[in-house]
Amino acid sequence: MAAPALIVFGIFAIVPLFGVAALSLVHWDGLGAITWAGFDNWTAAAEDPVSRNALWLTVKLTVLCVLFQAPISLLLGVFLAGRQRYRALLATLFFLPLLFSSAAVAITFTALLDPNFGAGSALDIPLLTQNWLGDPDLALYVVVFVIGWCFIPFHTLIYQAGTRQIPRELYEASRMDGASPVQQFFNITLPMLKYTIVTSTTLMTVGSLTYFDLIFVLTGGGPGNATRVLPLDMYLTGFRSYDMGRASVLALVLVAVGLAVSLGLNRITGANRMDSQSEGS
Amino acid sequence: MTSQRNENRPNVLGAALSWLWLAVIILPIYYIFITSLRPREDYYSENPLSWPSNATLTAYQRVLENDFLRFFFNSVVVTAAAVTVTLAVSIMAAYVVVRSRNRFGRNLFRVALLGIAIPIQAAIIPVYYLIVQLGLYDTLWALILPSIAFSIPLTLLILTNFLREIPGSLFESMRMDGATEWKILLRLVVPLSRPALATVGVYQALQVWNGFLFPLVLTQSASTRVLPLSLWSFQGQFGVDVPAVLAAVVLSVLPMLAAYIIARRQLVSGLTAGFGK
Repeated sequence: MAAPALIVFGIFAIVPLFGVAALSLVHWDGLGAITWAGFDNWTAAAEDPVSRNALWLTVKLTVLCVLFQAPISLLLGVFLAGRQRYRALLATLFFLPLLFSSAAVAITFTALLDPNFGAGSALDIPLLTQNWLGDPDLALYVVVFVIGWCFIPFHTLIYQAGTRQIPRELYEASRMDGASPVQQFFNITLPMLKYTIVTSTTLMTVGSLTYFDLIFVLTGGGPGNATRVLPLDMYLTGFRSYDMGRASVLALVLVAVGLAVSLGLNRITGANRMDSQSEGS
Repeated sequence: MTSQRNENRPNVLGAALSWLWLAVIILPIYYIFITSLRPREDYYSENPLSWPSNATLTAYQRVLENDFLRFFFNSVVVTAAAVTVTLAVSIMAAYVVVRSRNRFGRNLFRVALLGIAIPIQAAIIPVYYLIVQLGLYDTLWALILPSIAFSIPLTLLILTNFLREIPGSLFESMRMDGATEWKILLRLVVPLSRPALATVGVYQALQVWNGFLFPLVLTQSASTRVLPLSLWSFQGQFGVDVPAVLAAVVLSVLPMLAAYIIARRQLVSGLTAGFGK
């Protein structure tokens, strides 16, 4: 009964994972013959300034995304965990960005951030009429903001769910002791949300490593190579420069980092607990 | 931070941030909507955030005249097929994981957990190779099959966790009555797991509907184009006709908006089910 799932998953997910390792050792333009390359692709990728820059940009993007998203999601989630009606309404509206495809979001922000006809010109504030996506010094920060627009709602949901599971008694007891709301936040809410924070941050990290479609449509990696992060570099190397071997090396770097972070997630959060539960049953 | 506490002492910082973030979220959505109603000529002259003085639906007309319905239909086919098959094979596998007492079931579950961590981006080159070798390049199958494969891990995880809650005695009593495994699956497991199926189904539908990388790499012609890719090509094709591009955005998000209104609870719990605990 498990066979159909195993077969489809095996062919299109597990086999490619090994396939990408094999492809990293060959020369292939995507159509023609495949020839043995040894570790040529690896040394070439390691020496390529564009790919090295892409790796650096990916790290930078990941750190910026977490720094931007985590505090906002945490505060919003904790706030929305309250059960007042208007907060429920807010939560409903906050969800809306999750309905849009990355392509739709990227297209919207391309228009919205247009230096001549975008929102900046509407408000007539010079600070807002910059060439957001055309300035190499700004583009990455704009990408971080737009990614936040897409994903802060998701992490807010996680924090909201996590906060609602904190037993009320803890707050009542600490109020008896005269704790202020700020003290309660730091002494109860934050420690109780430990697992939620780990989970959410890990998802943010893995997500940032693999953001592709949004950046692809928003900037295409530009201006210059200012937003050419690793997944984008991989796509452009493979499907624009037709160098599948080199692209596979970049893909493997992605897998390695992604797996390392996710295994960390499994270890720290509930996955092992679930495993041991199943073993006991 | 319970509601009781908040009623006593308002959380000023949280409230301020919430209303600010609401503005950040609503502004682009409002902008999409009003711009899609703006006549092409007025786009360059009117204030971009003002309500269009000559609101019109002609942008939608231009989008619909450009094969939008075909792309829409392709998306429906791919999403429906991928989600249906994913749910069917995953519930079968989840049943095996929950019922089997040997290592096989446990290992299956472990593989699923690891599978969640495989980024589509990392596997895309071999998937492309496979699809070309199978002769499926530029067909809708090229989108459906990999979408199923990458939806299985999370679906299996959620369904397995749900099935574990079903008391084992229910299975046993059916087996005593001589029911086959298939009969137990169809008569007991599927009806009981309907809420979980709905939750994860809505979530995976959203993922497939909005997926971009598979269509970008595995299809080429307009006859197999799905919505997210069509938005991108509209952007290239219409170029300066921003109202039409944004009208396409509105049309592409409508089904998901409808799903959200109808099945909000499922969608929200689907998004948090895998990780929110």
